[in-house]
Amino acid sequence: MSLLQTQGLSRHFGGVQAVREVDFELPAGETRAVIGPNGAGKTTFVNMISGRIRPSGGRIRFNGEDITGLRNWQRARRGIVYTFQITSIFQNLSCHDNVALALQRSQMTGLGGRLHLDVDALRGQAWAVLERVGLAARIDEPAANLPYGHQRLLELAMGLALAPELLIMDEPTQGLSESEVMAFCDLIRAIGRETTVLLIEHNMSVVMELADRITVMNDGAILAEGTPAEIAANLEVQRAYLGT
Amino acid sequence: MIGAPMGTGRDRPWRVPLVVIALLLAAQFVLPDYHHTNMTRIMVFAVFAIGYNVAFGYAGLLSLGHAMFFAAGLYGAGLSAQFLGVSMPLAFLFGGLCGLVLALVVGLIALRTRGVSFMIVTLMFSQAVFLTILYFNEFTRGDEGFVLAQEIRQLRLGDTVLSLTDPALRYNLALGLFAACYLLGVALLRSPIGRVLVALRENESRVQMLGYNTFGYRLLALTLSGALSGLSGAAYALLFAYVGATFATTQYSIYPLLWVLMGGVGTALGPLIGTGLMFYLVDFASEITSSYLIVVGVVLVLLVLVFPKGLIGTLQERWRGARS
Repeated sequence: MSLLQTQGLSRHFGGVQAVREVDFELPAGETRAVIGPNGAGKTTFVNMISGRIRPSGGRIRFNGEDITGLRNWQRARRGIVYTFQITSIFQNLSCHDNVALALQRSQMTGLGGRLHLDVDALRGQAWAVLERVGLAARIDEPAANLPYGHQRLLELAMGLALAPELLIMDEPTQGLSESEVMAFCDLIRAIGRETTVLLIEHNMSVVMELADRITVMNDGAILAEGTPAEIAANLEVQRAYLGT
Repeated sequence: MIGAPMGTGRDRPWRVPLVVIALLLAAQFVLPDYHHTNMTRIMVFAVFAIGYNVAFGYAGLLSLGHAMFFAAGLYGAGLSAQFLGVSMPLAFLFGGLCGLVLALVVGLIALRTRGVSFMIVTLMFSQAVFLTILYFNEFTRGDEGFVLAQEIRQLRLGDTVLSLTDPALRYNLALGLFAACYLLGVALLRSPIGRVLVALRENESRVQMLGYNTFGYRLLALTLSGALSGLSGAAYALLFAYVGATFATTQYSIYPLLWVLMGGVGTALGPLIGTGLMFYLVDFASEITSSYLIVVGVVLVLLVLVFPKGLIGTLQERWRGARS
């Protein structure tokens, strides 16, 4: 059964049709990349899935449940986790506090949990998450002190701390150096073994290496879908990208 | 929290509050009469400032209408004691409840807006409360206000009857209220809820994407803030026996903002320091000139220049900078 399904998903901004009638399915466990030229509607599409933008039409189902009417925070609670394209960590907080903020949400149940949490246990969990992205040594450093590449990792760590069922990443490697991109790929591959990943990415070598399947969007609609090899050989995709 | 693993550098959060409360407790035996009364007043207003700080300092809600919550407490307690013969403790709690309920209702509407719109909406609501007080002139006596009758300002503990006209009793009641709210403020900042509120102030959409219902959290902050402001108003009415519409004017919405800015936004001790400083600044300036607001204004500008994060906020920052 597919984890995520959209039917006729559309969104227009005034007269501009950003996404038109998209039917999309994502099976559980897959790592899917969404590619397409600028303005193809990729970001609008995933923003409708994460709940940051309301669709003008169509339905979204997640785990068999219709989530079209749910708010972004309700979707996050159901396991749809979004990591931001523009790094949006809490600069004034330490790495620990950033991750702890994500971790503590599921633990804040009942009045007791809202008023008091075991800070030492929370710290242990934050440590474990930061360890995964390689930031454990900087646990007490303010996020603002981290170099950009590490801030991206912290952003990802906050996503992981939410124990996502579906991890949506919007251009995770943007602005990273080549060596950082390599390390990031290894990390995403490891994450992809445990959870379903939906990735918007411009860097084609990253896409080809990570994606189980690729969805190509153009002009607000799905142009093609297939394995990396199929997409690479697809003439229509080449035309959309290269304009030939 | 002592001996936490992995060297967190966590401090002892209760040390400063307990020292401050102990100092206030001791101060009553050395302060001359005049300053003794001033201190009582400052502690009551500091509770108002703590309430304002919960909304503004913790959750980033810049309200220009907090006078309405103070007034809700003031009139809730004052009217119920004066006309319904409600006992002092009940009138006090009722005042707090009035602040809480008003903040909840106003919050449900005003929190749909943000930033400048939120400032304007809260300002308008507050103005509406002020005009309502004037409208029911028959009970509230409008601008002129009313004085609580001496014979109802009594606390009965079994057979003992304590009069709220006794300065020592007033001081210690104000101190008790202040201490409770101060400790609550510290505890809130360190609680899971407090951490969400602080994050909310910085980046609301990120907090939403972590699965938090941010509207709910902002409403919680405003409601708690309104309840504390209401308790402060109720305490003022009962301890100082005066209830008047002046306390519902915009001036009393600006005051808590200034107190908090002076003391340090988002700090637990800032409200008391800011309130005390402002109180004595006005007191001192009005002694030397009738246009004392000019002096107050100049000092405020200087303070903001030298201590951009408020007195406590800036000192904390420098101390941390010196340590690391």
